[in-house]
Amino acid sequence: MQGLIRQGNQARATLQRTLVVSGSLLALLLGVFILASLIGSESLPFASSLCALTGKSGCGLSPEQQAILLDIRVPRILLAGAVGMCLAAAGAAYQALLRNPLAEPYLLGVSNGAAVGTMVSLVFLGSQEWTRPAMAFVGALVASFAVYQLARGRAGASPERLILAGVIVTTFLSSAIVFITTLMDATRIRSFTFWLLGDLSGATTGLLTLAVVVAVVGSIVLAAFARPLNLLMLGERDAFDLGVEVSRVRLIVFIVAGLLVGTSVASSGSVGYVGLVVPHLVRLSFGSDNRLVIPAAAIAGAGFVIVADLLARTLIAPRELPVGAITALIGAPLFVYLLRKG
Amino acid sequence: MLEARDITINYGARKAVTNASLVVQAGEVTAILGPNGAGKSSLLRALNGSLKPSAGEILLDGQPLNSLSRRTISRRIATVAQEADLRFPVTVMEFVLGGRYAWASMSAWGWETDDDIRIAEEILIETKLEEFSSRRMNELSGGERQRAVLARALATEAPILLLDEPTANLDVAHQAAILACVRQRCDQRGSAAVVVTHDINLAAEFADRVMLIKKGQTIASGTQLEVLTEPRLAEVFDIRLLVDAHPITGAPRITPVHEMRRDH
Repeated sequence: MQGLIRQGNQARATLQRTLVVSGSLLALLLGVFILASLIGSESLPFASSLCALTGKSGCGLSPEQQAILLDIRVPRILLAGAVGMCLAAAGAAYQALLRNPLAEPYLLGVSNGAAVGTMVSLVFLGSQEWTRPAMAFVGALVASFAVYQLARGRAGASPERLILAGVIVTTFLSSAIVFITTLMDATRIRSFTFWLLGDLSGATTGLLTLAVVVAVVGSIVLAAFARPLNLLMLGERDAFDLGVEVSRVRLIVFIVAGLLVGTSVASSGSVGYVGLVVPHLVRLSFGSDNRLVIPAAAIAGAGFVIVADLLARTLIAPRELPVGAITALIGAPLFVYLLRKG
Repeated sequence: MLEARDITINYGARKAVTNASLVVQAGEVTAILGPNGAGKSSLLRALNGSLKPSAGEILLDGQPLNSLSRRTISRRIATVAQEADLRFPVTVMEFVLGGRYAWASMSAWGWETDDDIRIAEEILIETKLEEFSSRRMNELSGGERQRAVLARALATEAPILLLDEPTANLDVAHQAAILACVRQRCDQRGSAAVVVTHDINLAAEFADRVMLIKKGQTIASGTQLEVLTEPRLAEVFDIRLLVDAHPITGAPRITPVHEMRRDH
């Protein structure tokens, strides 16, 4: 890995380097996945579990152990990976699009928008399964749009105004969330508050499948726009002059990133800092070329949340911490360190 | 190559540019001069299609600018802005390669071809930046960064260059270097350049044609000798300017005559 990290004589990202970095990160992700499925509040026998993971039957696990591994842990880890992938890819895209290394789904109010959407669907639209992600997506888009419009000055939306607008929208939506919470009864409030901080235990199979599909497809679409994003990252006007269809790219990226955030929040509540910290670390290690950053961040993001979730369910076992609390505990100090370094 | 006919640009009620016309021909450098707020940058922005004029039309190779795609325009017209927005660490090579986007086979995906790399390397040599190829843009000095911005525009291989105050914040040597590079391109490759500048003397030395603009109105347009006369310049800049001939180059040399000055 040392050789892949940016050295003085490496002037640019290449396809080869991207494939090598992505491949290495994928291998690492697989390792993390296996590790996470083996560790938990219930200890499982190592060799038998490995065998069961590969899909073979008759591996020597009791039906109970089998159920824990395959019906509870693996789906949860897959969800964690999907959520991490969604948030990291969306974060990298927002940062490039908004020309701001601090842009992040949570800070921009997009996560809260998705949360409000989810809550509205839960409280007012009954329990149809598909309304949750649909309303989350709508909420995410409305919040993105509101932030962008709020931030527009005469010269377009400057990164500073965007962050300010994002903070305004986030705090407004937070109060909306509190308001809606008061309409719920006490038991629901408690589980809801927990969910809001990031909860990976409650996803149905439908939501899980949606999350995984959206994460992979959405990341691929964002990676496709990496080259125009590279130009947009250095200035909207310059990108326009150099041939980028700025409005079109901005619209598509906003929508796809909104979809990624909305799906993530609908499945697991608001997991913060992933979209901020993971792309930043990837850029520090491999450079700013989005053709490398977006795929690498997507894969690394998946690993990050899987690890965070592992900590969330083992630190105070048998009780669980919300995964959002763990990502914040890791992410915030890391963020401070990055701020001071940069 | 590029022609602006009777361009008027309004920002709401404010008239920024009124009835400006300009013909950009191969091999020519045109300088646009005028006081701050005269509308020079607005006119330049209209020329590359980023600002829509309220009236008049702009023709690129005979076709209306607004009928052409962004890609087509950026292959023919390159704009050199004043400063790059460098919030993310990019190397000089990555930055200059950005100019090759207009020639990418797809607007999404895609990596630079060997040709793209070769062109970028040649331009880095032309702008004397080859030793900075792997350095980060924000490690460069102001003059070097401006050369990189010019290099990126040159990498588009567009025959028409629009430069908005390319020499602002540069020392004398770098100012001369940038304009010499532009001049050489026009002389040797038949490129054309339109330069908005505050530096009347640089314009006098390097430009073939000069346009004087005040409050959006074109006061004069023609060669330096025709346009840069004392009465005209006084009218435009509201200050007394002395025009004589540069003792070595023969170009018009403009020096302000200060009312308030140190007693000699």
